[in-house]
Amino acid sequence: MAMAAADIETMICAAIPDAVVQITDLAGDGDHYAARVTSATFRGVPRIKQHQAVYAALGGRMGGVLHALQLTTAVPEQEEE
Amino acid sequence: MTDDSQARIAELVAANDVLLFMKGSPLFPQCGFSSKAVAILNHLNVEFDSVDVLQDQGVRHGIKEFSDWPTIPQLYIKGEFVGGSDIMMEMFEAGELLTLVESQGLVKAG
Repeated sequence: MAMAAADIETMICAAIPDAVVQITDLAGDGDHYAARVTSATFRGVPRIKQHQAVYAALGGRMGGVLHALQLTTAVPEQEEE
Repeated sequence: MTDDSQARIAELVAANDVLLFMKGSPLFPQCGFSSKAVAILNHLNVEFDSVDVLQDQGVRHGIKEFSDWPTIPQLYIKGEFVGGSDIMMEMFEAGELLTLVESQGLVKAG
């Protein structure tokens, strides 16, 4: 089972409206992705909570149909680090 | 989900200063993410214990509920959930993980 990159992006944006989502299909198999999610809502939020917000947006698919999502979260100011 | 596995996980986390829930063993990781987590801890010269979730279905499913975290590996330091392999890598690259283990006196001597 797998998910399309566009579906992942849609779900994240639905839950975190200001999110800028960049998705890379790491293996070209629709099952191993890297996602970078940038949102002002992450400001001052611990990393674990940032990642949990993204996992929550994916509604339980993480660790299930979506085996491998290498996740990076950031707030807009950290973009140019 | 049995309360039994939750109690067992809590016990394991409390009993080990640095504990990695992973797939496989540190010598033979069964997943790339677990392998990455082990490599980071070895690189930091941290003594750690590990639990192979593939050997225990109760722990394998229970750990996800325990931490409200959907994936494995999961790192715990002094009873606190630190994160999975992505967060470990981010913290490692930022130098935060070294600061954390040093401040807790968890780096091996020599």
